[in-house]
Parts: sequence; structure tokens; C-alpha cells
Amino acid sequence: MNLNSFIAMRQEIFLLTILLLLIVGEIFIHKNKKESLVHFALFLFGIHTIIGFFAIEETSLFGGMFRTNTLIHFFKNALNVGVLIVLLQSADWIQEKMVPLNKGTEFFMLLFSSLLGMYFMISAGDFLMFYLGLELSTLPVAALVAWETSKRISSEAGVKFILSAGLASGASLFGISLLYAATGSIYFADISTVLTSTNLTLLGFLLFFAGLAFKISLVPFHFWTADVYEGAPIGVASYLSVISKGAAAFILMILLFTVLKPLMHVWENIIYVIALATMFIGNLFALRQQNMKRFLAFSSIAQAGFILLGLITGTQLGTATVVYFILVYIFTNLAAFGVVQAIALQTGKENRDDYNGLYRTNPNLSLVMMLALFSLAGIPPVAGFFGKFFLFAAAASKGYYLLVFLAVVNVTISLYYYLLVVRAMFIRKNENPIPFFKSKIYMRLGLLLTVLGILVLGLYSPLYDYIFELSTLFNK
Amino acid sequence: MDISYILFIPLIPLAVFLLLGIGYQKIKPTVSGYIGVAGLATSAALSYYAAYQYFFVSGKVDGVYQTIVEKTVWMNFTDTLHIDMGILVDPISIMMLVVVTTISLMVHIYSRGYMHGDTGYTKFFAFLSLFSFSMLGLVLATNLFQIYIFWELVGVSSYLLIGYYYTKTSAVAAAKKAFIVTRFADFGFLIGILIVGYYAGTFDFETLNAVNPEGEGLLLNWASTSFMGLSVITWGLLLIFMGGAGKSAMFPLHIWLPDAMEGPTPVSALIHAATMVVAGVYLVARLFPMYYFVEDGFALNVVAYVGAFSSLFAAIIALTQTDIKRVLAFSTMSQIGYMMLALGVSSYKGHEGVGYMASMFHLFTHAMFKALLFLGAGSVIHAVHSNYLKDMGGLRKYMPITNITFLIAALAIAGVPPFAGFWSKDEILVAAFEKNQLLYFVGLFVAGLTAFYMFRLYFGIFWGKNTKYKHEPHESPMSMAFPLLFLAFMSIVAGFIPFSEFVTADKVAFEAHLNLPLAAVAVGTGLVGIIIAWIFYKKENDLAERFANAFGIFYKWTFHKFYFDEIYMFVTKKIVFNLISTPIAKFDKKYVDGTMEGIGNKTVLISEKIKGLQSGRLQDYAMFFVSGVVFIALIFIYLWTN
Repeated sequence: MNLNSFIAMRQEIFLLTILLLLIVGEIFIHKNKKESLVHFALFLFGIHTIIGFFAIEETSLFGGMFRTNTLIHFFKNALNVGVLIVLLQSADWIQEKMVPLNKGTEFFMLLFSSLLGMYFMISAGDFLMFYLGLELSTLPVAALVAWETSKRISSEAGVKFILSAGLASGASLFGISLLYAATGSIYFADISTVLTSTNLTLLGFLLFFAGLAFKISLVPFHFWTADVYEGAPIGVASYLSVISKGAAAFILMILLFTVLKPLMHVWENIIYVIALATMFIGNLFALRQQNMKRFLAFSSIAQAGFILLGLITGTQLGTATVVYFILVYIFTNLAAFGVVQAIALQTGKENRDDYNGLYRTNPNLSLVMMLALFSLAGIPPVAGFFGKFFLFAAAASKGYYLLVFLAVVNVTISLYYYLLVVRAMFIRKNENPIPFFKSKIYMRLGLLLTVLGILVLGLYSPLYDYIFELSTLFNK
Repeated sequence: MDISYILFIPLIPLAVFLLLGIGYQKIKPTVSGYIGVAGLATSAALSYYAAYQYFFVSGKVDGVYQTIVEKTVWMNFTDTLHIDMGILVDPISIMMLVVVTTISLMVHIYSRGYMHGDTGYTKFFAFLSLFSFSMLGLVLATNLFQIYIFWELVGVSSYLLIGYYYTKTSAVAAAKKAFIVTRFADFGFLIGILIVGYYAGTFDFETLNAVNPEGEGLLLNWASTSFMGLSVITWGLLLIFMGGAGKSAMFPLHIWLPDAMEGPTPVSALIHAATMVVAGVYLVARLFPMYYFVEDGFALNVVAYVGAFSSLFAAIIALTQTDIKRVLAFSTMSQIGYMMLALGVSSYKGHEGVGYMASMFHLFTHAMFKALLFLGAGSVIHAVHSNYLKDMGGLRKYMPITNITFLIAALAIAGVPPFAGFWSKDEILVAAFEKNQLLYFVGLFVAGLTAFYMFRLYFGIFWGKNTKYKHEPHESPMSMAFPLLFLAFMSIVAGFIPFSEFVTADKVAFEAHLNLPLAAVAVGTGLVGIIIAWIFYKKENDLAERFANAFGIFYKWTFHKFYFDEIYMFVTKKIVFNLISTPIAKFDKKYVDGTMEGIGNKTVLISEKIKGLQSGRLQDYAMFFVSGVVFIALIFIYLWTN
């Protein structure tokens, strides 16, 4: 392993180092001082995030199994920032609830393992590496979902997640093997040259697709989402809804636009149908949710449907809009989850009605939540508006007017239920609202980062141009 | 020339606004006053430095003042059509920077005394800073869209300031009225922007205004399409002027200005004398080459006549008002009409562009003396706690500084040499005389009226009857007196600035000469006005009342501002509300809402129906998963194959 490959893999290597350091710390630090490991882990990951911003060159390693370029690197950085926010928002919960049970450090280790898996997944150059990354990113999360072992609902969520994930990954693996059977290779570069549209490859593609669709929560592979989000610790739910989903959508896009391009005439129709189903089902279910976690689960399903509008184009514009949307979505959804988590940690309440009159007692939290919901709903000039607008523009540029129209209908439905929460916070009266409280510094920092992200992404347009430039990499 | 530091001129007030806005519960009022003043002082210092750099050091290349632009693309629509954000530096934007920061700084200092003890002190300064930011952003805009964004920001911040005394019903109503009327005008503005943007393919001022090297026409190809006998670009310019007329209170969109006097007096000085209300003039000046060259200046002619008529109309109304701030409000409208008139009669090249120069010159001098008049009026109101002339009189003994400075301002606006207003007004009259004699006589007549109503005000406040005051009025504190003195100084010396050296239509300096005969006639007219006012109001007598009675109905009409408010009320309430809005509202309620609610209910119903899908049983989920794959496979492999 020479220096070049070291530099190309430095995100992975650094993360692995952090992981090992944590294990060492876990072993050697006295039981009563485990709390310091939380700060230590956050500190290390913060450094890791910052170092990540140094540029990287396009490289291919291990005979093409691992590859990286500026867009992939950019996306890894986005994931880092997202995970950093998730950790900041969960830090108080870990310190208060998990460290006393001696489960604090493991939380970080599992989360970092999963993130490592995502790095490998999006950097994969062949289906083997891809599959290993996929598994590495999924399995630790199953443990995390069932983390609060004292709660029955958490264990149930863990079981549901691991079994669904097993099914999905089995389907995926089967699909990969069919593709291998048809093309005789597992390398992306080789497959794209020989892949033709036959019944065998189509079935292979579809099974493979189902596995990723599970991770992105596309209808009809989405059923686990709400139950798991509800049962999982909020930090884990937000990780699932943002990081896991974002990474899977990203790799799906890369694969569709490069390796699976020969099947485009088929997959564009599949995506068309699934986009519609996902948006409608997600929104219709979100309408009725009282529990904020379930509510955000269905909302995130609907948002995944919007992502497909960019995927369907198969162009550079599509890539740019999808990456931009995911970026916006990371900050936006984490803001919403962060507020839910802050409130749940303080009061244990997670229903919409509990939020009635929140603005009077906790104006800052309410404003953050409002910003997040406006961004999710796509109200200008918040970032979410531009995210959706660009996606719609990309789809319209390929002539999918009906799809865009139906997507707009869905935006309207979603506006209704997002505003229900805003109404609860700002307008509805409450006899005994959630009293005023002040979150700890990590939580506030986490929320501040999301707010900054939403505002900067919405108002600072050169960023989009930058992403657009990077997007040429996969659309030659 | 490096202009990036100019960016800080608007950004500092924005930072002050954010600081005061976020921390308004924690910052002590006195501190917030200092923060506001310090912020604006920095901006003003930067503006002066920028003006020095631009006019005397590096702005001029080969005798032509350069237009310097720095911008980034903010939103991209097509290859040519995009919205930029940036700053544009040319003579008028630099001049406006100086005007806005100077007046704003004076108003900030003055407000520290005037608003002393007010409960919302910090909030007030936060709003002032927000307004300054918006106005400076407007001035520096590089394209139509950017100017529109700041235009609306100015509207919002002025709404906040006019309605500052939000416990007072009349203030809230006035704020609403100002907002709605200007919004209505801005609607025209927006359509104008879109028309120009669509047909010209750009929003950029630089491209829109680009003139060929001989200075004989625009590079822009405007003669594309015509609509109702006029080029569409002309229509666009007329609509843009509608926006300008709304902000600048031109007839018939002037009705909000007198009511806006409900705001605190420093606000009136800042917004309704020196900055926001001249935004319309600035807008026309900004697009002047377009106005001049497109269709032989048809739109520019409209500007001239609207300006002249507004000027006359407002001057007549100002004769009879008894609320001193309203007199000043109508006077402002009249003077802005003057500026519009001057722009309207201007040409593009060399000395023929004297109208443009005069308009900007008058904008500059007017800002100084009108702000002074408002601040002086504020000082008087502060002392006697009334806005009405009947409660005043003989104040010269109690308030010497206010008296002298007010007199200087009145002389300046009346056009008496050597005060500032004389020089700029003279140039306007010269421009009008050379181009359009009818407008010249209107202007001359208005000059006489102006002198008369101004001195009616002056004598009424400081001379006239010796009113008995419950509390003895006293001179204002130094924080209020200093701005008065400074502005008085400016009202004396501003006229001696050789404006034609700096600000001209084609950006090439020319020699302006005093036209002696015209100047003599103008000064004579002004003096006649002053003398009549002297006879009527110097001592307490019933001359004025007898005169008013003799004019009877005409006096009543003017006193009621020609019933324009009533006409608007009739049109909106009786016609628009009753005949149009009510039936539409019914239709909306019954059919549109009904349909929408139906759809909404159906959506909820469907949502209810399908909830069984999410059973919570893992076996079901797995079944859906597998059958989903099979189902899609069947469809796409066997049925839907393209």
C-alpha cells in the first residue's frame, strides 16, 4: 500500500483509526470515567469531518474494486457533516441514558462502522465491494435500532429491521448473481459494456434494485420504515432517515447512470411508477400520524419519492439536482429530528398535540422546527424550495410533465400536514404546554449547524454550480 | 479601482439590525443608540471615502466616469437571463450612498434625543438600520431584479417604521395604506421588469443602458414587438415608472404620503424626505438611457408630465394644510415632482443633459434641506406636543436654534440665493425652459407657491400670534440640535458643489452656467411668495381668513386634498368590494372552496382506507416486499416492454 492509495482511502482509514482508538479507550478507561469518551469521540469525529474537506484526486484501487473522485469525496463529506450533526444531537441522550448503562462508546463504534460501510458502498467499483459495504452499513444499525433494550418497542423494531434487511439484502444478492450470470463480470466497468436488455438481466436488475429501494424506503419496500423509526432511539432514526437513505440514493443514482444505463428504457418506467406510488403513499400516511417520529418517517418516504424525479432523467442535471436535494434534505430533516429529540429527551413527549403552544414557551425551538418544516414543504426562499424546484425542473426538462404535475399535487398534500405541526406550535392553545427548557451545548450546536445549512444552501447559489460541475464525472 | 469595500456600506447596517434585533431584550437602550449611530457613522465614512476615491482619484478614465460592477450569479435561468447579486458603482449610486448615509446618520443621532424614554427604543434603532440597509442595497443594485428585491425590503421596513406606534390606530392604518398603495404600484413595477427582462433578454442595467459609441442610441434592440401602438419596451418602462411613482408619491399614487406622517418624525425625515421617496427618481435616472432612447423618449415625456402635474397639485394642497408635517409631506411630493420633471425634459448628451444633472442636484440639496425641515418640525412638535399650526406661534423666542435652522431650510427650498435650493432649482428651470415652455411656467408657478406655503409655515410657527403654552417650550437637547446645525450648514453650502462636473447623463463633465435672466425671474417669483406670506402671517391678522373665504369652494377643495382619499374609498369600498369582491368571494366560498374541501376530504378518506396496509406484522411486510418485486417484474418484463 503506497502513499497514493493511502491518500485516496484516507476517509476510510481515519474513520477506522477512530474506531480502534475508541475500542482501546473502552478497554482501558475506568468505568466511572466513560463519559469522557463521548467528548473524545465527538472531538475525533469533528476533526475527521474537517480533514475530509481537503481535496482528493480521482483514483482507482485494488484492481478497480475501490474508486474515488471529487463527487464521491464531496458526498462522503456531506455524510460526515450529517453524522456529526446526528452525534451532536444525540450526545446528551448518550450521556444521560446510555453511559450509565455502560453502552455509550459502543453506540459510537457501531455508528462509525455503519458509516464506514457507506463509504465503501459509494466508493465501490464492483458488486462485491458494493455488497460488502451495504452489509457493513446495515448490520450495525440493526443493533442500534434495538439499543434501548429495556423498551419492548425498541426490540421489536430491531427484529423487524434485521429481518427486513435480510430479505432485502438477499434479494439484492440474488439480483447481483443474475447480472453476473448474464454478463460474466462483477466489475461495473465491464458490465456496462456488455449489458443488454434481456429478461434475465431485467429480473436481476429488479431484484438488485429492490435491495436498495429497501434502504431508500421506496414503496412497496418501505413498510419497515415507520415501525422502526418509532421504536428506534431518535438519533438512530434520524441516521436512518438521512444518512442511510442519502447514501443509498446516491449509489443507486451512480449505478443507474453508469452501469445500468443500457437498461434505461426500462428503469425509467419503473422509477416513474415507483416515484408516484412512493409520493402518494408516503403523503397519505403522513396525513394521519400523531406520533412525530412516525410522522417524520412517512414524510421521509414521500421525500424519497421526490428524489426519484431527479433519478429518472439520467443526465448531468439529474445528478446535480439529486445531490443538491440530498444535501438540503440532510440538514432539513436533521433539524426536524433534532427538535423532536430535544423535546423527547427533556419531556419524553413525542406527539403532535404535545407541541401545542410550544412557541410561547420555547420560541427558538419552534422557529427551528418551522424553518425545517418549511424547507421540507418547499416554501421559498428556504433551501428545500430550491431542492424541489431543481428536481422538478430536471424532470420537466426531459418531458415528464404529468409526473411533475402529480409531484406538485403531492407537495400540496405535504404542505397540509407540515403546516399542521406549525399550527400546533404557533396557533393552538394549550393549558399546560411543554415548559421552557434549555438544551445542552451539543444539542444547540447540532441545531445551529442545521439552521446554518438550510440558510446557506438556500441563499448561496455557487454551491449548486459547484455540484453541477462535479456531476460531469458520471455523465460522460 | 477596488470597490469591494463598498459592500460593507450596506452590510454594516444589516449587522447592526441583526445584533439589535436578536438582542433587543438584553441590550440597554442607551447602548443600542450608540451601536446604531456607530454603525451608520462607519457606513457614512466609507461612503465619503468611496466618493472621494471615485470622483477625484480613480473613477474617471479619459474624461468619462466609469461604471464599475462586481457581481455573482445568484440564479440562472437561461444562458443569457440570470439574476445577479452585486454592487454597481457609478456617479449616481455614489451620490446616493452619500445622501442616504448622511441623512440616516443625522436621523440616528437625532433619534437618540427624540425617542428618548420610548419603550421600544432598541427596536426603533433596529428598524432604522434595517431601512438603511435596504435603501443602500437598492442604490447599489446591479440589475432590475436586485433593485426589486431591495425595493420591497424598503417597503417592508418603511411599513414597520410608519406603524411604529402600533398602539395608535391611525398609525397602523397609515402603515397599511402606505404598504398597500406602494404594493399596488410595485405590481406594475414587477410586470414591467418581466416585460423588459423577457424582451431584452437581460436584467442588467449595464447591458440595458449600453449606448453606442456615438451616444446616439441604445445597443439594445428594443423595436421588437409593439402593443397598442407602442413598443413593448415602452410599456415595460411605463410600468416600471408606475412602481417609481408609487414609492415617490406621484399623482395619482400619492395618497399614502400624508398619512405616513403618523410615524415618528425622524422617520419622516429619513424615509419621506430624503431617501425612500426619491427611489422613484433614482429608478428613472438609473434607466435614463432607456427612457431617453426607446421610442424617442415617449415614456420620458410621461415622466415629465406626471412630475409637473404632481408638483403643481401638491403645492396647491400644501397651501391650506394646518398639520405642519402634512404641509411638509405635500411639499416633498411637489419637490419630487420637480425632480421627475427635470428628468423628463433632459436629453442625453453634454449640456443638453442639464435636466438629468439638475434632477440629481436637486435630489441632493432637497435631501439636506427637507430633512432639516422635518427634523426642525420634529423639534417643534417635541416642544409643544402638537402637530397643528393653531397650537403654535411665537416660538422664535423659545427655540432660537430651531428657528434659525428652519429659516435657512425655508429659504433654501424657496430658492433664495445663495442657499442650496436656488442653484438646483435654477438648473431645473433652465432645463425646462430649453425643452418645454409649458412645463417651465408650471415649474415657475410652483416655485412661487412653494415660497408662499413654506413661509406661511415658518411665520405661523415662529412668529404670528403669541400663544400661551401650558408648559414653556424649550430648545431641544444637543443630540437633536446638532443634526439641525449640520444640515443647516449643508443647506447653505450644498449649492456650491459643481454638480455638472460629477453627475451627468452621459457621465462626461460639462460646464453649467447660471442663466441670469431665468434665475432673476425665479428668485423674483419666490420673493413674491415670501412677501405675501409675510403680509398674511407675520403678525396675527384675519387677512388670510378673509382671503380663504373669498375663494370659498376652492379653498375647501384644496383643504380636503381634492377629495382624493374619498374618491379612492368610494372606488375601493363601493365598487371593488361590493360589486366585484363580494360576488367573487361567494363564488370562491361555494364552488372553489367546496371543490378543494371535497378533494381534501377525499384525500383524508383514502388515507383512512389504506391504513390497514401498515399492519405492523412483519410477515405482511415481507409478503408485500416479495409480491412487489414479482408484480413489477411481471409488468415490466411481459406487459410494458418498449
